[in-house]
Amino acid sequence: MAHLHDCWHCGAKDAASLFCRYCNTIQAPTPDYYEFFDLPRRLGLDSEDLKNRFYTLSRLLHPDRYTRRSEQEKRFSLEASSILNDAYRVLKDPIQRAEYVLRQEGFPVGDQRNKDVPPELLEEVFELNMALDELRGGDLEALPQLDAMRRRFVGMLGEIDRELEAMFARHDAAPEDARRQILAEIRAALNRRRYISNLVQEVDKQLAARNA
Amino acid sequence: MSTFQIDFSSVQRRRIIGIDLGTTNSLAAFMDLTGPEIIPGPDGSRMVPSIVSLAADGSFVVGEAARRLLIDAPERTVYSVKRLMGRGREDVAEELKLFPFRIAEGSEQVIRLALGDRTFTPPEISAQILKELKRRAEQYLGEEITQAVITVPAYFNDAQRQATRDAGRIAGLEVLRLVNEPTAASLAYGLDKRKEGIVAVYDLGGGTFDISILRLHEGIFEVLATNGDTHLGGDDIDNRLLAIALEDIASEWGEDLSHNGEAVQTIRQAVIRAKEELSFQPATVIDIEYHGRRYQRELKRELFENLIRDIVDRTLGPCRQAMRDAGLEPEQIDEVVLVGGSTRIPMVRRAVEALFKAKPHAELNPDEVVALGAAVQAAILSGDVQDKLLLDVTPLSLGIETMGGVVSKLIHRNSTIPASATEVFTTSVDGQRNVLIHVVQGERELVKDCRSLARFDLKDIEPMPAGMARIEVRFLIDANGILNVTARDLRSGKEQSVEVKPSYGLTEEQVEAMIRESYEKAEEDLRERQVREARVEADNILAAVEKARMSDAWLELTEEERAAVDAAINELQVVYHSNDHHLIRDRIEKLDAATRRLAENLMNTAVRQALKGTKIE
Repeated sequence: MAHLHDCWHCGAKDAASLFCRYCNTIQAPTPDYYEFFDLPRRLGLDSEDLKNRFYTLSRLLHPDRYTRRSEQEKRFSLEASSILNDAYRVLKDPIQRAEYVLRQEGFPVGDQRNKDVPPELLEEVFELNMALDELRGGDLEALPQLDAMRRRFVGMLGEIDRELEAMFARHDAAPEDARRQILAEIRAALNRRRYISNLVQEVDKQLAARNA
Repeated sequence: MSTFQIDFSSVQRRRIIGIDLGTTNSLAAFMDLTGPEIIPGPDGSRMVPSIVSLAADGSFVVGEAARRLLIDAPERTVYSVKRLMGRGREDVAEELKLFPFRIAEGSEQVIRLALGDRTFTPPEISAQILKELKRRAEQYLGEEITQAVITVPAYFNDAQRQATRDAGRIAGLEVLRLVNEPTAASLAYGLDKRKEGIVAVYDLGGGTFDISILRLHEGIFEVLATNGDTHLGGDDIDNRLLAIALEDIASEWGEDLSHNGEAVQTIRQAVIRAKEELSFQPATVIDIEYHGRRYQRELKRELFENLIRDIVDRTLGPCRQAMRDAGLEPEQIDEVVLVGGSTRIPMVRRAVEALFKAKPHAELNPDEVVALGAAVQAAILSGDVQDKLLLDVTPLSLGIETMGGVVSKLIHRNSTIPASATEVFTTSVDGQRNVLIHVVQGERELVKDCRSLARFDLKDIEPMPAGMARIEVRFLIDANGILNVTARDLRSGKEQSVEVKPSYGLTEEQVEAMIRESYEKAEEDLRERQVREARVEADNILAAVEKARMSDAWLELTEEERAAVDAAINELQVVYHSNDHHLIRDRIEKLDAATRRLAENLMNTAVRQALKGTKIE
């Protein structure tokens, strides 16, 4: 898994990533989040283990540890720390983690153009827009209905999260060639999730504007 | 106080000092064998008031000595300059109503302050304070100091951080790290002894307010969220009291003193005294004597608290936001630490205790704790302390301007730094050679509501049809919280040149010019010091020879030897007032050589007498 390259410092041929296995000098870091953490490409991750790895790597890579080293080492430390922090931010969040894997596998993710209403939500979205219009028009009777709809959407989010968790487990257990199919399902679930999450935000925004 | 692991093998390395460059006071600290210590001045004082005055001869007066000049020479003296660091003229319109800053013409991109008939940028003035701290440290530690860690408010934006780093460079200090003040304070408290836990640091200083929430884990200080207000602090309380006193005096004396710099400073110092007393007693008297007239007014703590309630309340919103961002409830905060002089106010303590539902720590002097923490961070950088590590965050989101003046966020606030984001840019017109990227900082959706940080000009793009160029731009916020931008042409793989045009602050060329100027000044200073030292040495040897001439030893010399000594004395006296220390030293050496026999005789006489002494016994 770990990609091998020549050590810039001692010239060893199979230096391994992050640190040279022979002279222990910091190397040009890998930009791959999983490789960086030395983790298999799984969608289900143990968050406690990830946190410990993050702390351990922080101690080894942080620029504070390289103040009195060569310019090259300082550069690698800065580069590696930024990738470490970015990677930790993404991997510790299951949604961002899944999006990262999807993007790596060539699936378009978070595409702004993808504004089509998922067909199974058509009815709800229609209803919601009516209620929001009423509220904007100053009709406070729409408030209880909006509140109920908000609760329904939040419930849907919880449901999707449970589905996603199951899909993650299936993905991780599946053989390499069956994974793409599951990733496609995950992508569809994520799109639906993003859509609903935007709806909730929209309701919150309108309610906040109402209260202000 | 915590104990620190010291690696003795590194004692020989160059020392890095920690500096708290404050709005009201500045301090330097260093890591001693037992822990961080404040570096005192020659008079034993621990703080340098952040006041700078330009003397008539063009030299600067800094600190306590400059405080007097706030009243005697207000047009040549400036305080609270930190409020202007990294800011543009329109940002400080509000401040100008309350502070006697005299902004010079042509201050659009960088503010220039008039001191007497000269103008200086805020980093240049801050550099004078840093130089004073550097001098103190060199005198106290007996070694040259060239490297420092400087603290900044956690909520400082990129321009304010750059301005602070520029100040360090102008002062001849390599700023190895900018550390956020509340984070530094948590290091000084040695809170990691409890190993695990959530800590909130509430830092209300002279001009800025910060709140930081940290998780401690086996020596790692991980900031979860930070928030604040870079224009909220004790100064605001002073200004409130000042305005009331001015109004009161106007009605009592029938004279508006608000445009009289000397009177305003006199009254300001009196209300600050009253404010400070109210932290320890229930009532005080604002007592002002001004040119034979006297103003006295009793101020009870209750009324004082009513007057400042809204200022104290303004700190609570950022605290709640920081807790939300960290995903924490007040009950989950294990410890609260108070930092900054304004946290001595009982009302502030009550507000903090009520909000976090925990009794705040205030064992360490709130004025010193930040500098002490900076010294700990300095020891982390030097490798002397190896069991601690700070993981800080960027306080503000970073974004770029997109179509319609909308911000596209690239790095969100409270991201652990170093943090980065990569974007690919292209051209919109055939043969386009430049792409301009406007980078902003802030949480709002529209560019106009955010803070413009800089424009990055991708230059010399290979001409090609619109949309074909692919330039990858990497935005990286380093461990100082400062943005670095690099770009690469994805088609050729070559580095793409980027020109930075900061929206506020000094360009690299300006900073370099200031460093050069300061360096030339430093040479002048050094020369002067060497001349003075040579004269002191000359005084010593002349006095010694004069004394020797009165002794028997002088009479034991030959006629020629005595004439040679007299000639050498004369030679030295001739050059004594010259400005050439080499010349003075040369004559000192000659006199020294001429008096060698005299010295030997003196020694022999002394030995003989000593031997006689022993015989008697």
